Amino acid sequence: MKATNYISIEFPSRSANESFARVSVACFAAQMDPTLNELEDIKTAVSEAVTNAIVHAYPETLGKVLVKAKICDGNVLEIVVRDHGRGIADVEKARQPMFTTGGEERSGMGFTIMESFMDQLVVRSAPNRGTTVIMRRKIAARAKQQK
Amino acid sequence: MEIRSQSTDRNLLLEFEGELDHHGAKDAIREMELAIDAVLPRKLVLDFQDVSFMDSSGIALILRAQQRMQHLDGSLLVCHVPQQAKRVLDAAGIGRLVKIR
Repeated sequence: MKATNYISIEFPSRSANESFARVSVACFAAQMDPTLNELEDIKTAVSEAVTNAIVHAYPETLGKVLVKAKICDGNVLEIVVRDHGRGIADVEKARQPMFTTGGEERSGMGFTIMESFMDQLVVRSAPNRGTTVIMRRKIAARAKQQK
Repeated sequence: MEIRSQSTDRNLLLEFEGELDHHGAKDAIREMELAIDAVLPRKLVLDFQDVSFMDSSGIALILRAQQRMQHLDGSLLVCHVPQQAKRVLDAAGIGRLVKIR
């Protein structure tokens, strides 16, 4: 898919940046004329992916989190969240609902929510190399009624 | 994230305001636990009316509240859930576990 426009942002894995990341991607996606629901879905999915990187990729330490958003052919938004942290040993297991290694402040529902709010979710990970989450969501074309 | 707490006769109402993400939920869970410890409520109501954003961190908070209330043999109600937060709860099937109004 050829990207027609994109952004790329990088930040340290501080939890204060979760809000910044999801709002940045939502602002970028606004040019695709999404509905409010679509924007909220995007924000929520980005929040989950970025939180995973902050909580799981770099426990006890700070590392870099990279977020890319691209507009692809067919009005598809592609979001990539990448870290170079400790990685996920068993991606299939990590994607199961309620599975978490994050203790009581995590619910284990992050991947379930990303799957539910995006059309496509790809997770690539290697222990001690990092994790890349790729999410795609088609923004439905809307009849332009309101002026 | 701000939490307003009101309690009468072992009924505890906690009103949440702001963004209930991982960043906000860390302190929110701690504050909620302190309020539960202080009141030992029979009934806990979490009012989400002013939650402007919620992700799965909010689910962790709700499940924690549910666990505490089960230990206290009390009840939990989550009310005034805005649409965005409601969709997160629905995607995770939390309505099957917790009373949401």
